[in-house]
Amino acid sequence: MPDSAPILSLRHLSKRFGDFAAVDDLSLDIAAGEFLTLLGASGSGKTTTLRMIAGFEQPSGGEILMAGAPIAALPPFKRDINTVFQHYALFPHMSVRDNVGYGLRMRGVPAAERAERVTRALAMVKLDELGGRSPRQLSGGQQQRVALARALVNRPRVLLLDEPLGALDLKLRKEMQLELKHLQTSLGITFVYVTHDQEEALTMSDRIVLMREGRIEQIGTPRDLYDRPASRYVADFIGDTNLLPGKVAASEGGVVTLRTDDATLRGVSDGVLPEGVTAWLTVRPEAIRLAGPAELLDGENVVEGTVSDAVYAGSALRVHVALPSGHRLVANVPSASGVTNGAPARLAWPVPHGRCVRD
Amino acid sequence: MSATESPGLLDRIRARPALRTALSAAVPVGFVTALLFIPYVLLLVHSLWRLRGGVITHELTLENYARLFGTELYPDTILFSAGIAIRVTLFSLLLAYPLAYLLAFKVQRHKQLMYMAVIIPLWVSYLVRAYAWKIILGQSGILNGLLQSVGVIDEPLTFLLYSRWAVILALTHIYTPFTLMPIYAVLEAIPPALKEASQDLYASRWQTFLRIVLPLSLPGVLAGSTFAFVLSMGDFLAPQLLGGNDSALMVSNLVWSLFGVAYNWPLGAAVSVIVLLLTLFLLWLANRVETAMNYGGQTRQGGVLAAGRTGGPVAGAGRGAA
Repeated sequence: MPDSAPILSLRHLSKRFGDFAAVDDLSLDIAAGEFLTLLGASGSGKTTTLRMIAGFEQPSGGEILMAGAPIAALPPFKRDINTVFQHYALFPHMSVRDNVGYGLRMRGVPAAERAERVTRALAMVKLDELGGRSPRQLSGGQQQRVALARALVNRPRVLLLDEPLGALDLKLRKEMQLELKHLQTSLGITFVYVTHDQEEALTMSDRIVLMREGRIEQIGTPRDLYDRPASRYVADFIGDTNLLPGKVAASEGGVVTLRTDDATLRGVSDGVLPEGVTAWLTVRPEAIRLAGPAELLDGENVVEGTVSDAVYAGSALRVHVALPSGHRLVANVPSASGVTNGAPARLAWPVPHGRCVRD
Repeated sequence: MSATESPGLLDRIRARPALRTALSAAVPVGFVTALLFIPYVLLLVHSLWRLRGGVITHELTLENYARLFGTELYPDTILFSAGIAIRVTLFSLLLAYPLAYLLAFKVQRHKQLMYMAVIIPLWVSYLVRAYAWKIILGQSGILNGLLQSVGVIDEPLTFLLYSRWAVILALTHIYTPFTLMPIYAVLEAIPPALKEASQDLYASRWQTFLRIVLPLSLPGVLAGSTFAFVLSMGDFLAPQLLGGNDSALMVSNLVWSLFGVAYNWPLGAAVSVIVLLLTLFLLWLANRVETAMNYGGQTRQGGVLAAGRTGGPVAGAGRGAA
């Protein structure tokens, strides 16, 4: 958890490929022992950022500090950082043990100590029995563990993980997410984790850096990003949400009044949204309920429309409601609710559950 | 064929998949049988016949083989050819490996163009390339002319042409592309992430080359070496054109003179059979080692054996005799 001087500092970091800025003036402090996730769509610059930290790409501008010392000019083999690669990059001509022991061998660790540390690393990822195998004789999940052991055995100060679970099936991925988080907590190593999967980011991270077009869109805890998105992009990227565009009619005391095509709605806001600008109201489907026709709704937002779809999703019923303007809202209501297609519906949610965000 | 007729021959063939398969296999099988298998059998049969008073008699005998191994000339020639071939292989490797490495990893732009530049000489007739060396190395050739004009030498150097070194030089030039291609192929197939992983694990660039790139490229090195060795061991034209007196010491030229001047087909056939067996043994060995070195498909590439058949020593001799 962030409790001391940053282990890694990115200062105005940029990377240009020709005219294209893959990473654009990015500044970020990463605390020792933190699980930090770089989240973003493809092309957002998250992998390029990771590769610059590892040393595989030279920054076009800016600096990378590790515990205060600049490292951007150092080759990868002189950095106290290890990487778990997307497709593991295990050496096919070496046994699992030799793969795991490679870094120790390159650092000149004596054979006896090396053997012991390799054994412990393999035990840590539950591959004790498979040290003599060749990587190609392992399943994808096992290869993933070897890649993890190969990096962790060196006790790096920072571990970089580039979509390490991307090639695994869903069930295994969920298991590995928890296991990775446990490993990270017990070892106290700083993890910088790259993924495009927002659910994965929410599950594992202490903090998430949501990237967009080479810049940081928002930094925060998973809860921050989910509950208090800073922009329409963040609200849309993290979890499911409803978005309604409108013009800001009034803004006072952290409550914004937004004139949408269908109704005048209110929502909370952290930032300053001046009157007259275009903004978005975001409200999560689970915050919306179906209100009765005669219900008195004080301090709540209300919109009326027609049910266009009701999709059964086990624990909830996902009700799609078409508004007169053509916009649609989705509400997750208890499965037992009786809803018919084509019937009129009143949707309501408390003002604090809706947020007004910039475009 | 008109649709109104009763089922024609083609329709009847189409209706029978087994027959169709057999017919389509017949062409390549027939081709290989007629052009490879039968000539080899004829060669083997000839090597077992007796030459009596300058006439080939159809008596089976092993005396050709006894004579072959009874004198030092024939084994020595085979060894000398192998020596030339080993040197050609080494020089080809020394040229091809760095070049393949540059092409695979360092060249960013015009990669295909540069690769083509290496490969294009293969489209130029072999004969032209061998003759080109004659023009370069000859007494009044380009090299002598150049050295004389800048005043390094007064008299033309005569040892350039007509020596084993001229043969080695020309063969190295001719077979380096064959060595380069498989090496380039395996280097290209090495995932860049493996080199990055190695550097990530504290290995310097040189250590990364020694421990990751080189071991993973060995199957290509082996395939390339096999090409260079087998092709130059059986080469006939370069020694004939550039070798002078040394050319008589190459096995293909020996076979050629046994079939030609000496009119001793049985002995010539016996020498060919021995060289053929040696070559097959080498190809088999190379294939075995290559298979053992193939790591999980990461560096897989075409087998050596299939390509080696296009130009063994005997094929080379045959090309000269034709």
